[in-house]
Parts: sequence; structure tokens; C-alpha cells
Amino acid sequence: MHIDPQERNYIVITIALVVIFATAILVSAFAYDIQVPVPYAEVNPNEVATPGISPWGDPLDERVRELAPNKYEAYILAQTWAFLPNRITIPKGSTITFYVTSKDVQHGFIIADTNINMMVIPGQVSTLTATFDKAGEYHFVCNEYCGVGHQTMFGTIIVEE
Amino acid sequence: MYKKTDKLTGWYLFVGMVSLFIGGSLGPLQKLEHVGINLYRALNSIGLASYYQGLTIHAVLNALVWTTFFIVGFFTFIIPRSLEKELVWPKVQWLSFILMVIGLVMAAIPILMNLATVLFTFYPPLMASPFFYIGLVLVVVGSWVGGYGFYATLVSWRKEHKGEKTPFIALAANITMVMWQIATLGVATELLVFVIPWSFGLIEGTDPQLNRTFFWFTGHPLVYFWLLPAYISWYAMIPKQVGGKMFSEPLARLVFWLFLAMSIPVGLHHQFVDPGVPEGWKVVHFALTFGLFIPSMITAFSVIASMEIGGRANGGTGLFSWIRKLPWGDPSFTAQNLAMILFAFGGIGGLTNASYNLNLAIHNTMWVPGHFHLTVGSAVTLTFFGITYWLVPKLANKPLFSRKMGLWQAWTWFIGMVLMSNGLHVIGLNFSVPRRTMLGVAPYASSTWQPQLIEAAIGGIILGISGLLYYANMIGTVAQKKQLEEPIEMPVAEQYHEEKIPAWLDNWKPWFAITVLLILVAYGPILFDMLSNIQLTSPGFKPW
Ligand code: HEM
Ligand SMILES: [Cu+2]
Repeated sequence: MHIDPQERNYIVITIALVVIFATAILVSAFAYDIQVPVPYAEVNPNEVATPGISPWGDPLDERVRELAPNKYEAYILAQTWAFLPNRITIPKGSTITFYVTSKDVQHGFIIADTNINMMVIPGQVSTLTATFDKAGEYHFVCNEYCGVGHQTMFGTIIVEE
Repeated sequence: MYKKTDKLTGWYLFVGMVSLFIGGSLGPLQKLEHVGINLYRALNSIGLASYYQGLTIHAVLNALVWTTFFIVGFFTFIIPRSLEKELVWPKVQWLSFILMVIGLVMAAIPILMNLATVLFTFYPPLMASPFFYIGLVLVVVGSWVGGYGFYATLVSWRKEHKGEKTPFIALAANITMVMWQIATLGVATELLVFVIPWSFGLIEGTDPQLNRTFFWFTGHPLVYFWLLPAYISWYAMIPKQVGGKMFSEPLARLVFWLFLAMSIPVGLHHQFVDPGVPEGWKVVHFALTFGLFIPSMITAFSVIASMEIGGRANGGTGLFSWIRKLPWGDPSFTAQNLAMILFAFGGIGGLTNASYNLNLAIHNTMWVPGHFHLTVGSAVTLTFFGITYWLVPKLANKPLFSRKMGLWQAWTWFIGMVLMSNGLHVIGLNFSVPRRTMLGVAPYASSTWQPQLIEAAIGGIILGISGLLYYANMIGTVAQKKQLEEPIEMPVAEQYHEEKIPAWLDNWKPWFAITVLLILVAYGPILFDMLSNIQLTSPGFKPW
């Protein structure tokens, strides 16, 4: 098959570019640990909010736990149209791991200025970790359509000095 | 010749264009809502219940109905001409159209009654009226039936022309239909096995993560189903329209075969941030998606080279000044060329979206509608507009109503889309502003978003005006009394180098085998895993 020499060079460059880009991405993901959510646990969405048997059924003020100084975990339940809890206060420099699940439809969970962005799917637990080095207010926002009140669904993280 | 099926093409285009008119008119309303001008209250009186019902109508009609009707209609027109042979089963082609229309009506009624405000992705456990899903299935099945007529015509042509190579346009169109046929098995499984029985109450629960996976099995190749007909026009028709030649036909064929093999096993790149999909499979689909970048880049080279041949044949010289010698006074060319330019940016953004963990930065933000209005909203839609600038006059046997208006339409679409898409990309990337959201009343909305939201809204209004110019021109064309003086023929480019096509580029078997193999490798284990751990736990919800 005849391929024009210029086009052949161009194809070779294209393939090289693709390989370089892909390598850069994989290095960032695995050497620098910029990770996407991976399977953590499966739950029954109809029972996941039940007190006593599920961390998403615990009293609201117990769903954010301090594991060690500046190390937290938060169990957040997504439902139409709220996150519970929707207010979290942590000191500057804290690392917090979010465990989010839904008891009804699909939702999303995104925090601007962090690498946190995940689908929240009934039956699954979505988890990612972020460190907050700058004081201020951050919003976690539902970014998947979940009904007519979707635009009101968000929560706030207050990072204190 | 072709009289009967040309009439059918006219009907497909008519239904597609009316759908786009209705769906498209909601676009500017969405943009205005984002900057706090809510026109939905006024539309309550005519039965529009919410922003989200409007958004469902916008995306279903624009992205699913307009595209599918246009494509099947376009293929009904180009395949017989490319093969110089009537379609062998004209009745089957009509059956295809009738099924698609029944499906459309069946899906439209629940949408309009606010019984299916689930957006065009209908993610369970949002539960629409069963008739919405059945309607969608019928539209897809109708398009399959159309495909069967095309395949039969191709088979019959090959029997009559043993040893000859299949003409490019007919081959490319058939590859597109076969790809679509295989790809839609995913959504067909989702709907027929799970969602429809569940929406009728025959099974109590469904598995949202599994359903999403079946959806995106179809969802990504869906975008290539939209794009490949535009590529056919760019590869094989535009060179003729600019007075050039097709730069390298063998590579063009290779590109279509690669799209057949690689469009499907990449769907998980829409699920990079899904909790229930294992990391390894995300990486596999990421790598395959990057492979898919290569045929698109080859297309860019060949199409530009073909146009350059034309520009130089018209007396153009210099490294770039041949561009001025392209037929910029022809709305069909101008619309399609501007579509290609917008697609270059869509492609770059697409590579970002597909970049595994980079997806964290933009998933489900306004960046995403910024991206796909460049692709399906421009590369595809503006190219289809460009095609109709010769196809509708041909079908109606009347000249285009106004060439000037067509040029204005193309340029306003381009400018409007640059503004809207830029605004949406920027707020999505910088501020993580969510998509599919009534931003005008969101309590967390920030004033820092305003400059780009206003930019995007201005773009949206310009796009709306562009749409009106298009429809005025089309109605003017069909309604006028003037008849065509010279007949219009389908533009078919000649090859630049007259050369033999290697046999493996005209042989379905190896490509078919590679396609199936790649799907089995990329989807087999993960689907097997999900099916063996299936959790049919989610009841339906109707929170609208
Ligand atoms: C008149 C020009 C148009 C304007 C002003 C416009 C505007 C918009 C806006 C602002 C959104 C985002 C809404 C949101 O996320 O809340 C949107 C979504 C969308 N648009 Fe358009 N659009 C136009 C034309 C088109 C065309 C021609 C197509 C495809 C052929 C299209 C397909 C879509 C799709 C698929 C969505 C996604 C809906 C979803 O997320 O469920 N639009 N449009
Ligand atoms: Cu939500």
C-alpha cells in the first residue's frame, strides 16, 4: 500500500505523541498517586441509612471521625437532595477520606480545587482522600442530575486556621 | 433512478430537522437560566414543567433523534449512488423509517407529559414511564432494520461485481451501520433485560452500576456513529466540492476499519470516576481510547491535504495562502470547514477527558457540555447543515433559497459556539461548576462564574439566531416556486493517486474478528464479574 512519505512521518509522530501522553498520565497516576475512585465496598441502598448497622446510619455528628491528629474520615450519605452531614469543620493541614454512598438515585460528589470528583451510585461506596492545606470554605457539590432539586444539593467544609 | 428512496430520505431529514428545531430552541433558554433569566416560568403555561424536562427534550431530540434520522436518511441517499445500484429492499427501508417514527412518538409522549424527566442518559434508578424506554428501543431497532437493507444491497452488489473493490462511500457507510448494530447491543441489553421489566414492576430492583456499564458500552460508539457520516462527507465529498482530490483512499478505508474495531471497547472512559469499576479495566479502556486518537489524526491530515490539492488547483500558492482559494462563498463548504476547525478543539478536549485521572478535573462539570457542543453540536451538526445545503436543493429540485444566508448561518454558528464552548470549558475546569444543573438558582453559585456564564449566554443567543437562519433558509428553499436549472449530483471525489486497494482493506472477515475479539477482551471479564455479583437492589425513583 502506498503511503505518502509526509503522511507516514506524521503518523509516526502521532503515535509517538500518544505514547508520550499516555506514559505521562500513568506516571502521574501511579508514581504521584493521583487516583480515581476504585471499588471499596458494596452495600444495600435500602438499608444503608439504618442506624446501628451502617456507618451512614450513625448520628450526624459521629459521621466525621478523627482517627489521629489531622487525620479524618467522613461517612456522607447522599439522598435527594442533600448530603448528610452537610457541614464539616477540620483544621488546616488535615487529611480527610470521604466515604460516600446513596440511598436513592445516582448523585455526584465534587470539591473544587481538589482532586475529588466521584460518581455516587446506589449499592456502591465511593471513596477518595484529600488534604486541605489552605484555610477557607470549600463546597462539595452534587454533579449528577438527581431530580428537580438537584441544584440545591451541596455541603460545606470549613477549614480553620 | 433512486426516486423512491430519495423520497424516503426527504422524510428522514424532515423528521430530524423538526426534532432539532424543537430540541434546539431549548438551548438558549438553558443559557439564559444560567445567568438568572428564567423563561421556564413563562413556559409552564404551555406545559413545560421544569428546566430538567426541557433538558431531557433538548438532548433526546438533538443528540439522539436529529442525528439518527439524519444519518439513516443520508445513507439511504448515498449508498445507492455510490454503488450505482438501487437499494434492493425499498420496503424494508420504509419499514425502518416507520419503526423509528413510532418509536419517536412513543418516547416523546411520556417526555412531554413529564413522565420521563430522566435526561438522555436515563440512569437507573431514575425510573421513567416504560413507554419512554420502549420508544427508544424502537428507534434503535428501526435504524437496525435500515442497516439490514444497506447490507443486503452491498452483498448483492458484491455478487454482481466479483473482484472489484467496494466504492469508498458505500463501504464506509456500511461499516458505520455495522459498528452501530454491534454497539447498540449494550443499551438493548440494559433496556430489554433490566430496565423495561423493572419499570413495569416485573422485577423489583435493578443494579445501577451494571446498567451504567451497559449504557456506556453503547454510549461511546454512539459518538462515532454521529461522527463517521460527517467523516464520509469530509473525506469523499468535500475534496470534490473544493476542486481537489481524495488524498489517500487506502488510508481512509483503514481509518473506517479501525473505527469499527476500536469504537466499542473504550466505553469505560466514561466511567473513570465510577466506584464500582476496577482500576485495571479503567486503564485498559484508557489505553484503547488513546489508540482511537490515531485514526482521527490520520483523518485530519488526509482531509486537509485533499483540500490543499483543491486550493492549489484553484491557483492558490504559498504555505497557507491556498486556504483563501477555497470556495468560501459556498455555504456547504464553509459550514463543513468551520465544523472541522471546531472539531480540532473538540478533539483536544476529548483527549483530556480520556486521560484517565485527568478526568477528575472535569468529569460532570460544565467542561463536558463545552466539549460535546464542539463535537456533536458542531463537528456533526454543522457538517450535516453543510450537507443539507446541497442535499435539500437536490431532493426538492429547487435552488438553495439564499447562499448569503447560508454563509451567515455557518459563521454565526462558529462564533456563537466559540463563545459558548469557551465559557463552559473555563468554568468547568477552573471552578468545577456542575453540568445538568439549574445554575441560576443554585445556592452555591459564585459571582466569580459570572463573566464566563455571560460569555456563554451570548454565545447561546448567537447560536439561536444561527439556527433560525438555517430554518428560514430551508423553508425558503422548499417553499419557493423556482426549479433547479442544472441538476445537482452527489459530490464524489476522485483519488489523487490512482492505486490498487490491498485486499485486506476490502475484506470484512478479519476486521469483524478483531472487533469481536477486542470487545471480548475489554468487556468480557468485567461484565462477567459484574453479572456474577449482580445486586438487583434499587427500586425506581421519580424525583421530578
Ligand atoms: C442552539 C444551540 C444550542 C445551545 C445554546 C445549547 C445549550 C446547551 C446547554 C447550556 C447545555 C447544558 C445544560 C446543563 O448541563 O444544564 C446543553 C446540553 C446538551 N446539549 Fe445543547 N445547545 C445547543 C445545541 C445543541 C445541539 C445542536 C446538540 C446536539 C446535536 C446539543 C446536544 C446537547 C446535549 C446532548 C446536552 C447534554 C444534556 C445532558 O447533560 O443531559 N445541543 N445544551
Ligand atoms: Cu444529587
